[in-house]
Amino acid sequence: MDTFSSVQLLYLLKGVGWTLVLSALSFVLGSVAGFGVMLARVSVHRPLRILTSAYIQIIQGIPLLVLLFIVYFGVGIFGINVAPLVASAVALMIHVSAFLGEIWRGSVQAIEKTQWEASECLGLSRWQSLILVIIPQALRMSLPPSVGYLVQVIKLTSLASVVGFVELTRAGQIINNSLFQPFLVFVLVGIFYFLLCYPLSLWSRAMERKLNVGNR
Amino acid sequence: MSAIVNVRDVHKKFGDNEVLKGVSFEIERGEVVAIIGQSGSGKSTALRCMDHLETINSGSISVCGHELGTGTVNLRELRKDVGIVFQSYNLFPHLTVRQNIMLALKHVRRLSRDECNSKAEYVLDKVGLAAKADSYPEQLSGGQQQRVAIARSLAMEPKVMLFDEVTSALDPQLTGEVLKVIEDLAKGGMTMVLVTHEMSFARRIADKVIFMYQGMVWETGGPEILTHPETRELQEFVGTGL
Repeated sequence: MDTFSSVQLLYLLKGVGWTLVLSALSFVLGSVAGFGVMLARVSVHRPLRILTSAYIQIIQGIPLLVLLFIVYFGVGIFGINVAPLVASAVALMIHVSAFLGEIWRGSVQAIEKTQWEASECLGLSRWQSLILVIIPQALRMSLPPSVGYLVQVIKLTSLASVVGFVELTRAGQIINNSLFQPFLVFVLVGIFYFLLCYPLSLWSRAMERKLNVGNR
Repeated sequence: MSAIVNVRDVHKKFGDNEVLKGVSFEIERGEVVAIIGQSGSGKSTALRCMDHLETINSGSISVCGHELGTGTVNLRELRKDVGIVFQSYNLFPHLTVRQNIMLALKHVRRLSRDECNSKAEYVLDKVGLAAKADSYPEQLSGGQQQRVAIARSLAMEPKVMLFDEVTSALDPQLTGEVLKVIEDLAKGGMTMVLVTHEMSFARRIADKVIFMYQGMVWETGGPEILTHPETRELQEFVGTGL
């Protein structure tokens, strides 16, 4: 039987790399979609708001794992072969869009109504006011919770291991299958996740402190 | 008709609470009008109706030829003609003073960058804040912020400027510097409507004073009505106010 060596360590590090790739992909795609969700949620068109609200309720009410199964196995039924990375990224994108969309909607709606008034009284349209006045302020406000949510996303990518995408968790499983040293392997995996997430948490908290000072 | 603002029998309700009960008045071009009255008398609401920040339930309002009745309003055109300054300044905190002023010049007036810039510097000079062009609002005192807000509105070259209790959040010293700016505008011939609690200021610069009481125009006339009020309600109001 093999023992844990640099070969396994390298394999785990490669897993870290793929975890980062999947996290980045999910977060970027989810941000783009989430921005659309936010815009729809603050739209003046009631049907659009209701529709998006339903979308958010549904996505937030489904476990990511199930969403992942739907995209990976469900779509596979129709003869479309979805690569594990693509399926994971799509499922995560949908999931992230619903949550980030809500975080950003909250920020947009937290901007005082008087900012809208001031902007529209200068002759700017609703859309211009949103893009030029409201969203820049809301974005600043939503930065700490958004980065905080990125930490969640990194941890959520571990679910991609179930559809066979070899990221950090799956890499740990594969190594453990040959070494049978679950404690060592998964503690290491845990440490790697922590090392990825902790700096982001610190960053998020630091930003929050800075923003609060600015608001005082 | 030379009236630039014409308010006729305006009624406005917030829920069951009728805050304007048939308000009518006219404002001539170049006139400085002070609207005074107790809190809750409807004076701010009347002002906000003139910029269509509140919609009215009945009656009609005409401002610079724009009809603000119960029908649809071309807000963009209305707001090219009407400027408003608020009690809480409402500057854009993420933009510098210069950017605050240039934003609407660029996106509404569609002026070139250079034109926006020189316009911003011109109006900032007018309110005595040319040196603060690149500061952020949070770096300024309340009085300075309010002067920037006036400059921002002024830059759009409105035909009428509305002031909604613009000194109510300021201490007496800062109030003075803001009132001086408004006084300069009055001398320059700007048509202005001020909702204010500054009675001595109203008496000094207003051509016309409108006293509102319980959602109605109670007494109106020249600034002399502040020293020689006819109605008992205005007597009581200026009695406590001075």
